[in-house]
This record gives sequence, C-alpha cells and structure tokens, in this order.
Amino acid sequence: MEEFKMASSFSRILSSKRNLGILSVVGGSVTVGFLLHREHVSAGVPVRRTYPASAEYPDLRKHNNCLASSLTPAIYAKLSDKATPNGYTLDQAIQTGVDNPGHPFIKTVGVVAGDEESYEVFADLLNPIIKERHNGYDPCTMKHPTDLDSSKLQSGHLDERYVLSSRVRTGRSIRGLSLPPACTRAERREVERVVVDALAGLKGDLTGRYYSLTQMTDAEQQQLIDDHFLFDKPVSPLLTCAGMARDWPDARGIWHNNEKTFLIWINEEDHTRVISMEKGGNMKRVFERFCRGLKEVEHLIQDKGWEFMWNERLGYVLTCPSNLGTGLRAGVHVKLPLLSKDPRFSKILDNLRLQKRGTGGVDTAAVGGVFDISNLDRLGHSEVQLVQTVVDGINYLIECEKRLEKRQDIKVPPPIKQFK
Amino acid sequence: MPFGNTHNNFKLNYKVEEEFPDLSKHNNHMAKVLTKEIYGKLRDKQTPSGYTLDDVIQTGVDNPGHPFIMTVGCVAGDEESYEVFKDLLDPIISDRHGGYKPTDKHKTDLNFENLKGGDDLDPNYVLSSRVRTGRSIKGYTLPPHNSRGERRAIEKLAVEALTSLDGEFKGKYYPLKSMTDAEQEQLISDHFLFDKPVSPLLTCAGMARDWPDGRGIWHNDNKTFLVWVNEEDHLRVIAMQKGGNMREVFKRFCVGLQKIEEIFKKHNHGFMWNEHLGYILTCPSNLGTGLRGGVHVKLPKLSTHAKFEEILNRLRLQKRGTGGVDTASVGGVFDISNADRLGSSEVSQVQLVVDGVKLMVEMEKKLEKGEAIDSMIPAQK
Repeated sequence: MEEFKMASSFSRILSSKRNLGILSVVGGSVTVGFLLHREHVSAGVPVRRTYPASAEYPDLRKHNNCLASSLTPAIYAKLSDKATPNGYTLDQAIQTGVDNPGHPFIKTVGVVAGDEESYEVFADLLNPIIKERHNGYDPCTMKHPTDLDSSKLQSGHLDERYVLSSRVRTGRSIRGLSLPPACTRAERREVERVVVDALAGLKGDLTGRYYSLTQMTDAEQQQLIDDHFLFDKPVSPLLTCAGMARDWPDARGIWHNNEKTFLIWINEEDHTRVISMEKGGNMKRVFERFCRGLKEVEHLIQDKGWEFMWNERLGYVLTCPSNLGTGLRAGVHVKLPLLSKDPRFSKILDNLRLQKRGTGGVDTAAVGGVFDISNLDRLGHSEVQLVQTVVDGINYLIECEKRLEKRQDIKVPPPIKQFK
Repeated sequence: MPFGNTHNNFKLNYKVEEEFPDLSKHNNHMAKVLTKEIYGKLRDKQTPSGYTLDDVIQTGVDNPGHPFIMTVGCVAGDEESYEVFKDLLDPIISDRHGGYKPTDKHKTDLNFENLKGGDDLDPNYVLSSRVRTGRSIKGYTLPPHNSRGERRAIEKLAVEALTSLDGEFKGKYYPLKSMTDAEQEQLISDHFLFDKPVSPLLTCAGMARDWPDGRGIWHNDNKTFLVWVNEEDHLRVIAMQKGGNMREVFKRFCVGLQKIEEIFKKHNHGFMWNEHLGYILTCPSNLGTGLRGGVHVKLPKLSTHAKFEEILNRLRLQKRGTGGVDTASVGGVFDISNADRLGSSEVSQVQLVVDGVKLMVEMEKKLEKGEAIDSMIPAQK
C-alpha cells in the first residue's frame, strides 16, 4: 500500500505544483508516465459507515436508467465504503440516478464522475454502464482512437439549400482538478483561471474575449443571449441533483472569438465545452477550426504544465459517462419537411447512426420541418470517423429529401456496423 | 452534500481566500455573519458524523436571497453542528431570534392547562386552527446529511412509536413510496399530503435526496393529528381542526407530543433538546419551540387598514396567505401565526396568537360598523 499512498501524494504535488519538468527530473519519465496514465489508482481513505450496505442500498424498483440496470446489491456493497483520493464517494456518484427515476422512453445514465479517479475506483459499476451506453464498447479490452486531423474529412461541404447551420462540440477536463459534481470553489476558480489564461493566447481568427458570469454587464448579457451563446444556471434535476450547480455563478463564464465561430463554456456541465459553429453547410471548415482550436488550447495549457484528462481506454474523460471517448456531437440544422413525415425516417436515422433533436437542442421539438441531426456515438470511434458519419448521413438524408420532392421513392440504407 | 471524510481535508490544500464564497450579491443571515476569519477558523472542523462548514452554508451560497425577505442561509446536519459551528450559528441565531444570546436559556412549557381562554374565537371569522412543530430524534443526523440507511431507521422508529398510540390518537401510516392512488387522492383532499420539496432553499441543502424513500405521513383516524416523517425535519407534528377552538387544538397537540416523546425515550432515542436552544431542528429559524400556532381568519377590512402591519408587529404575529409560507391571501382570509420561536415557551406563543386574533376579530367587527379602531391598537408585546 505504501507506494500507492506515495503515488497519491505525488499526484497531488503534480496537480498543485503543475510542473512536469520537476517530476521527470526527480523520478524519470517512467514515473511521470505512470502518474499521468493513472493505471493503478488507489482508493482514498475508506469511508466511515454506520449502517451496513444492505441498509443503504437504494430502492431502484421504479427506476429506468443505466444505474438501475447495473447497480446490484453486490456491487453496491463492494464499492460503498470506497472513496477517490479527493473524497468522492459512490453515494455521490449515484445520487443523480437515485433522485431521477427516469422516463419509460428515455434511458438516462444516472451516474456521474466527480474526478478522473472515479472511473477507476468505481470501475465495477461504471464499466458495465459504459458498455451498455456505448453499444458494447468494453473498456477492459478495447482502445479508443483519437483523431483530430480534419484534413481527412471528405465531402464536408453540405448543400446549403437544406443545411442552415453546422456545429461541432466537445468537452475537455483539466487533469488534476475535480469535475463539476465534486469540485471545491477553489478548484472551480482554478479551472477558470487556467483556461482563460490559455484562451488569451489564441491568435488570428481565434482571437477572442472572456465574459465571466459574475461580472457580465447587462449589455454584454443581452448580446450573448441574442447570439444564442449564453448558458443558464442548470435547472434540469439530472444536473442539480449531481451537485453541478453549486455556488452558481461563481467561476462560470463564456469565451468566444471575435468572429463568433469558436466558443467555450467554462464550468457548466464540464470543465470546458468547446464549440465550433457557423451558418451554412461548410462542415469541413467548422471541423477544421474545431481541431485547430482544440490543439492550440492544448498547447497553451501544456506550456503552463497542465493537460487534458485522457487515457487510451476511455479517450477524453468527462463528467457524464455518456460523453466519454470523443465527447463529440457534430450536427446540423437541416430542412427535411418531407422526409421527416415519412414513416421510415426514424429507421433511416438509426441505421445511419444519427439522432434527431428539435432546434432548441436536447429535449426540444422540431419547428417548421427543421431538425438538429447529429451523431449518436461518442466512444470507440474517432472524431474524424464520427464527423464523417454525420457528413455522409446528412448527404444521404438530403438525397432522400430531393427524391421525395420529385415523388421518387427512397431506400432505407443498411445499418453501419457496431461493436455488438 | 455528504462527501466522504477526506473531501474536507482535501480542501485545506487551498487557502481561505481561494475557497471563501463570493457573497457580494447576497442578502441572507449567513452572508451577513460569515467573514473570512470565521470561515478560516471553522473550515477544518467536522462534527462527529462528518458534517462540515461548507455543508452548513451551501444553501445560503446557492440562494442569494431576496431584497425584502431575509432567509437564514444555513442548516444543521446534526445536533453537534450547533456546537461545532457556534461561531457562525450563534450570531445568526441572535439576528434571527431578536437578540437571543449564547448564554440565554429557553423555556419549554407544553402544559396546555397554562393557556388562558382560546376556546371562544368567533367561528364566523376564524375558519380553522392549527399548531405545528418539529422534533428531531436524538442519535440520528438531520435531513441535510442523513444517509438512506439512517432515514429508513428514523422512519421505522417513528412508525413503531406512532402506531402504538391509541384512543383519539389511534391512526395509520402512509409511506410515500407505496401509497395507492386512492390513498393519495384522499390525503390531497384532506390537505395532508406533502410534496417533494421544490424550493431551492431546501434542495440545495440536500433535503430532497433519495425522494420518496423513507418519507411518509401518519394521521389519526379522526384526522385531527398528523405527523410528517422525514420531510424538512425528522418529524413535523400537526394538530388542526376547523373552527376557532384553539384551546382544544393546543391540548391535543401537547398531549399527543408528550405521548410520542415517552415512546421514543423508551427506545433510548428521545428528542433533541437542550436548555439553551430548546428543541433542535434542521433550520436555525425553528429552534426553541419550533412552534407555529395559527388560524385562518377572515379580515378583509382590517387587512387593508393602514396600521395592519404595525398591529401584527406589536402583537408579535405574522401573516401568510392561506397556502402557507410565500403564498398570497385569498378573499381577505389570512393565515395569522406567532412570529417568535426561541426565547419564549409554547404556552406563551400560543397565548399571543389566541389573544391577538381575538383582538383583531373585534377590530374587524368595529370596522364593519364603520367605527375607528385607533383606541384598540395595542402596546408592543
């Protein structure tokens, strides 16, 4: 146990001193690699319990979420006295799923991570949930491919007679700082500081400005609302029950470039949400800016001794297990008035590995035949692969719409292969 | 939120200034009292059950308050919170309870025979009478902090105690999670059913966790004595009936409470109480008696009189709408109850309600006849 305890305190020094240089001199690059990859994370001090696990096990009989499917009494008993080095516990990770029984049609996840180590310490619960949510992806045996080379994207210019806007978003977490469900006020402020510092170094078409939620003027707020950039204090109980709205609006803010095509949310549901968008159908340019911007930001934080949470099993580590891997949602607002009324529409989307949402985003309805269409998958496929899926899929949907306009019939495409 | 034991220690790696909340836009008792010095002094403390300063203040940080309504902005997680965090809570208690000092002693008097009158409030004006309080069961942590196992143990003990009552207190327990639709309908029409809290004052303090696990309602067959289990406090005890016989309501309240207390004591889990703070409850505003005795009373003329607020103040009473706290009155009917909780006894608080309401009904009658009421305005109680 001794070397594991030391590893924890070294990783604490890593996060508080933020200087990889020192460690690689002291311990050699192997040590640094060991700590960075966190393959052997020790659980923190065991949690003090007054009641046995059987008395504490939640009543999930009326629940329909991934938590309820995977949390057996045995797994609960095994993990309920564990905590991550920062003190995050199983009961906290599952609180949102206990408090929100779910919907008969929509299966929510019901668990969040409080820090990077949650995915290790609570692996017995999270791995089956990841497998269920990500179509059979097995974190124990599989590796997630990361590919942010936008030059590989083909046919990325979509027909602007149908495609009104294009957008790619993802999230990034800063290694060494706890995630929104668990972070302290100081940690959250540090995330803000680190990211805002880095963003100030962006140049050219990425030059921009930060608007802190606590200090925004009324005029700035109105402008951000008009641009559809401003995010609100979360009201969804899925988020509030997980503790993500604590201390609002302390250390929350929005950064965007002067051209309003690259936008970053700080300390909302993740440390950062990164968004590249523009009107029209030039998904190629949107994705190119996305990849370039992300790499720039990564270099800028690395210069100061920070890095993103990433590992080869899970890809980019984010708060919600549903966003692991790429954390990427690439989508368009597209006019499909005829196709959307065709009874085969849902099946076509399914087979193309796409999902539809209303133009207000998740849990909204479509208006005027305009849909938000985006990739379903996040983990097990690279960024390039997922955006290609969206591009190919949208092109297919537009072909269908054109055929229907000419009263021609359409075909349901064969399903894209999955892991299962 | 109840983090693991190491979480608070982990925060100590950061300086006080880095962790201190931004309260610049806040208007609640906690924000008025909490300084960096107090924060620095208390932040490394924990109660024996692991409740910390940040747990106490989270609801006040998340809810900046209202320019007109001064909320408390902090809660206790267990009995020991009031000791371990006294440097914060004593000044808040003093602000909220009219200058109550850390050395003051609180008087408990649940002897209903000490109440004078109260059985003759005019039922043409006084539509209903009600007395409520809260009780916490010693040895368990409070709703902001307790785990599912604890909450279920509290429920089990409460149900055992309540189902052993007899006579006019014979009744039945309805657990929220296994209520039938018919039972739910009935409890709603009786105005007994409580909802999952939606107020962020409560949800940010963690009181709605695991809903509806371990929550329920018990009431007697006569529907005049009602206990809520595991809502905002371990127990909320309510006696009520239509009409103006507050004396009878208070008697049932006192007798019922004392019967319940005896049973809990036999199980070695009496109520949390001490001679400084009286009955210990989750919110510091409910310390002392935790008692709100009130009536629904028709005062359409008096309520529009210029001196209405002043009269209420002098009588040490407060008004609410007929939906309870934070609601508006309907048709000139108000909920009038005692304003104080700590520093005076149950009997004296209910006495103020009885005497005050009687006076206000007489004022209403005078105003109906077009007469002035200036000579009736009382001195400050």
